[in-house]
Amino acid sequence: MAQYVKKDDDRDEEAEYSPFAGIEKGAVLQEARVFNDPQLDPRRCSQVITKLLYLLNQGDTFTKNEATEVFFAVTKLFQSRDFGLRRMVYLIIKELSPSSDEVIIVTSSLMKDMNSKTDVYRANAIRVLCRITDGTLLTQIERYLKQAIVDKNPVVASAALVSGIHWLKSNPEIVKRWSNEVQEAVQSRSALVQFHALGLLHQIRQNDRLAVSKLVSSLTKGTVRSPLAQCLLIRYTSQVIRESSMNGQTGDRPFYDYLEGCLRHKAEMVIFEAARAITELSGVTSRELTPAITVLQLFLSSSKPVLRFAAVRTLNKVAMTHPMAVTSCNIDMESLISDQNRSIATLAITTLLKTGNEAGVDRLMKQITNFMSDIADEFKIVVVDAIRSLCLKFPLKFRTLMNFLSNILREEGGFEYKKAIVDSIVTIIRDIPDAKESGLLHLCEFIEDCEFTYLSTQILHFLGIEGPKTSDPSKFIRYIYNRVILENATVRASAVSTLAKFGAMVDSLKPRIFVLLRRCLYDNDDEVRDRATLYLNTIGGDGSVVETDKDVKEFLFGSLDLPLANLETSLKNYEPSEEPFSVKSVSREVKSQPFSEKKAAAKKPTGLGAPPAGPTSTVDTYEKLLSAIPEFSTFGQLFKSSAPVELTEAETEYAVNVVKHIFDEHVVFQYNCTNTIPEQLLEDVTIVVDASEAEEFEELATKPLKSLPYDTPGQTFVAFEKPAGVPAVGKFANVLRFNVKEDYGVEDEYQLEEFEVVPSDYMLKVGVSNFRNAWESLGPDFERVDEYGLGPRESLKEAVSAVIGLLGMQPCEGTEVVAANSRSHTCLLSGVYIGNVKVLVRLSFGVESSKEVAMKLSVRSEDEADDATAAVESEGDGRLKSQAPLAFFKLKTLLTWSCQADYGVEDEYQLEEFEVVPSDYMLKVGVSNFRNAWESLGPDFERVDEYGLGPRESLKEAVSAVIGLLGMQPCEGTEVVAANSRSHTCLLSGVYIGNVKVLVRLSFGVESSKEVAMKLSVRSEDEAGTEVVAVNSRSHTCLLSGVYIGNVKVLVRLSFGVEIFKEVAMKLSVRSEDEADTHHHYYPK
Amino acid sequence: MESCPSVKNILLLDSEGCRVAVKYYSDDWPTNSAKEAFEKSVFTKTQKTNARTEAEIAMFENNIVIYKFAQDLHFFVTGGDDENELIISTVLQGFFDAVGLLLRGNVDKKEALENLDLILLCLDEIVDGGIILETDANVIAGKVASHSVDSGAPLSEQTISQALATAREHLTRSLLNV
Repeated sequence: MAQYVKKDDDRDEEAEYSPFAGIEKGAVLQEARVFNDPQLDPRRCSQVITKLLYLLNQGDTFTKNEATEVFFAVTKLFQSRDFGLRRMVYLIIKELSPSSDEVIIVTSSLMKDMNSKTDVYRANAIRVLCRITDGTLLTQIERYLKQAIVDKNPVVASAALVSGIHWLKSNPEIVKRWSNEVQEAVQSRSALVQFHALGLLHQIRQNDRLAVSKLVSSLTKGTVRSPLAQCLLIRYTSQVIRESSMNGQTGDRPFYDYLEGCLRHKAEMVIFEAARAITELSGVTSRELTPAITVLQLFLSSSKPVLRFAAVRTLNKVAMTHPMAVTSCNIDMESLISDQNRSIATLAITTLLKTGNEAGVDRLMKQITNFMSDIADEFKIVVVDAIRSLCLKFPLKFRTLMNFLSNILREEGGFEYKKAIVDSIVTIIRDIPDAKESGLLHLCEFIEDCEFTYLSTQILHFLGIEGPKTSDPSKFIRYIYNRVILENATVRASAVSTLAKFGAMVDSLKPRIFVLLRRCLYDNDDEVRDRATLYLNTIGGDGSVVETDKDVKEFLFGSLDLPLANLETSLKNYEPSEEPFSVKSVSREVKSQPFSEKKAAAKKPTGLGAPPAGPTSTVDTYEKLLSAIPEFSTFGQLFKSSAPVELTEAETEYAVNVVKHIFDEHVVFQYNCTNTIPEQLLEDVTIVVDASEAEEFEELATKPLKSLPYDTPGQTFVAFEKPAGVPAVGKFANVLRFNVKEDYGVEDEYQLEEFEVVPSDYMLKVGVSNFRNAWESLGPDFERVDEYGLGPRESLKEAVSAVIGLLGMQPCEGTEVVAANSRSHTCLLSGVYIGNVKVLVRLSFGVESSKEVAMKLSVRSEDEADDATAAVESEGDGRLKSQAPLAFFKLKTLLTWSCQADYGVEDEYQLEEFEVVPSDYMLKVGVSNFRNAWESLGPDFERVDEYGLGPRESLKEAVSAVIGLLGMQPCEGTEVVAANSRSHTCLLSGVYIGNVKVLVRLSFGVESSKEVAMKLSVRSEDEAGTEVVAVNSRSHTCLLSGVYIGNVKVLVRLSFGVEIFKEVAMKLSVRSEDEADTHHHYYPK
Repeated sequence: MESCPSVKNILLLDSEGCRVAVKYYSDDWPTNSAKEAFEKSVFTKTQKTNARTEAEIAMFENNIVIYKFAQDLHFFVTGGDDENELIISTVLQGFFDAVGLLLRGNVDKKEALENLDLILLCLDEIVDGGIILETDANVIAGKVASHSVDSGAPLSEQTISQALATAREHLTRSLLNV
């Protein structure tokens, strides 16, 4: 043995020695022929396999033929009984991953090994089989696998369980059959078997919440041996906690004690997993957090970098939501700033920036300054981002932070880093007005020595916008003109534009700017000269102090409201001709989907239903689209277009959403329809809108869609008239009506969900730059104040965003962000209401201990006609709680009285809400003979529909529920359901509003799984009555009549029903004069 | 996070960042060039750090990489960024110590290449398709070293070190004689 070591030492002195030096694939493949020798040399075979594996590992690939050849040769090695060689054979088979037709060669050998007496063979054979076989073989070996799972050798059991986890992805139904064995393995004494069994058992049951909950509650009480299994159990436990808290349980969290107990486990892995699980609990309280934070704090001073990293990363996340909880770790955190591991140091700094208070900012910045010089750019970017958010949090500290940013801006750094700093400074300038002057000067200094053209042009552009608005714009001119002298052509050109902006905006500077611009006329770059010439001529080149024309300003500096991509394509397509290129010829349509590109030339615009690219361009697009339709062109200026509201569930046959376009006197609904059935072409698609619950609206025009092919979105429009300038609200029910063009057109309709026009549709999100000024300028005379109790809410944050969403206004000054754990919040909103009325809202929220949220709403608006104000209030008032989809309309009663008792405080008390439902319009009126009455109405007045009622407790319960819903009178005692019957027919009668007699026949059936199906047949004197039950659907009835040969009148009734798997069932009922009824059921393929 | 802890790859590189043995368990790097690019970036970013006494940690492209160096060998284990760092670290430690045992303390590139079959078997015993099989270095080394035991002889009659010795002897001899 010593001999070898010596030999090795000698070799060390030579150059790089490798046993694989000069290895070649071809040669190794030749060598692989030894596998075919009649007298196998196991050692040599092992070496060759090692070489093959080395090649594969280095990234060499074998061609299909080579791989097949090697594989077949390797299979011969199963003859050898050499233990070591067999292990290598297993390895290479897994690496070669043979194709399924080749696998057959080895399966019998592997199955033999699976039943071998040698444990290592059994374990490895299972793992190899798992890697190479598919589901067909699995059924054959299932029996052995079940045995292996409960094998007394832990290696075999683990191999079977781990393979089970892999197989579960491809053959879940087979693996699920093993749950008894897996359950037994969970109780195994071997630590790792328990871990693997737990993993597999959970994956088998993961969709069964109850089973997972049971698993967790039994195991948390018992003993789980390995730390890995303990970690798994913690993950499952927090899943159970999360799901149970969704059910709205209150009080103590189940299993929290278990998690807390794990913090005292002896394995660090488990302690950390538990601590992390606790910090990630939803709505975790500070009392729950404390023990976890304490444990993590201990980790911070560990000697192991991995522990420090894990702890600081978790604390960093906690700091985002619970900064106060982490402050106790600040001292440990500060010592980590100098950590060798820069990831840890960066995480420590960003955590400190999040938890720090205003007073500590200066000290912290001093520490960071030392640290910044020796970290990589990517970490610096993280720090810069953290500083930006710190600055927005403590605006008063902007001087310190801005200084810091300008210092690091002067230091060395790559583009991404510098860009992050510049972006941060720009954000700070935008959000903190006081920081503007100093921030702009810092940027000016930066461009004096900036190597990045992109950043220079960005800053010059920004200077052109912000610079002229400062108190002394002239001081920036020097910096800008220096660019014209010193920089490359791109920067020079943008410097010229910036100079021109100063000239156009600041009249006093104009003559001096002109002198500078004239010098640029001699620049040696075309673009620079062109720009200088353009500006000199348009702004007014005579050098006199005149105010620049507004149109010119708009032309030169206004935004180009064209999608740049469209402009580019148009310019590319333009061929030089007599006719000059016109911007007007460029399409304004935003191409949000690549596939619509080709169709852009066609008349019909497409792809509008897709998420639009930008808010302003959407409005443009909509405006253009609507004005192109002659019926709507007279409606005037489009006020607002809402975001699309989905009217269908996801994955239905037809996907429809609606965009509400608000005009002064009109409302246009744009229905974006998509047909998702490949074999159907829909024609004459219209939407039938029932506006009976929208009183102020009157239908004016509809624009049907000629055809709707598969997967190409199309639009149909319905226009309504409404009183001018009035924010009319209402609810609209919709039915999609169309002809299905398969072989012949069939008229069909499809029930859509209803939507509402709400007051927020009349509100434009328009921000104000300085809310306080705007608020003060309106003055208290224009103010209305009201208070509301919002009831218990999940969190203050949720309440604030709900109110903002309801009002549809623009949050100002970042006030939509609610600090975690704060008990009160003020939110500033602004908007423009229909009629161009500017509205400002100040919302003050407060939370009581019981999560009750109270809101004070102050509104100021330009117009004292309290329209807008009142509307805003009514929104806050009536709509906050009405979210139940079934509600036809909801009334909420606010009882207001003055509490004179102590201080005369106005108070209010909220009552529960109630609904007016359709059954309120139904009178219970019985009939003496149901059959006679039924027949007298005849099948012509009949509507039939079928419904799946889902699993029900009993048939009886289902019957009485339906009777209750319909609010009708049961006849002939049919409301009584015989016990244990599997089907039932119930007869109902009633009188609907408008004195319409309605008869209903309900047929119920129960399946074994308690699924109740119902067939509802309605006959009524009037079509209107059927609307009560005409609900969308999965069924359709078609009546045909004809005269058969021999002059026999035939009436045919076809009932179609669609079952869950799109299977269409058809019931054909034929009535003819010469025969009794025949009923047939057909189930087409 | 409800799933089993999983390992995305295990890398063993030399002091120039070249592969000694690597094993990928995830589809995040579908091609060999993607794998090599990942190895290169991980290697260059960690090469200057001191990860000889304690395992170090870094983040790359939303992955946690835990690494440790010995002589001219660099050991890496990668996991997803929401994985428990300490679990990944346990895997690395198991791999590192098992290789140490298998190479009998001579943990360097030459020794590793000469015993590449042991290293590959070692990787095979630690993780199967991303799922951790075993993290105890002694058990891993024991399983790998049972390699050269004749199928007739019962395992229990050989100690781990005996098994290791025979394994190594056979292999060095046979490789040197090529």
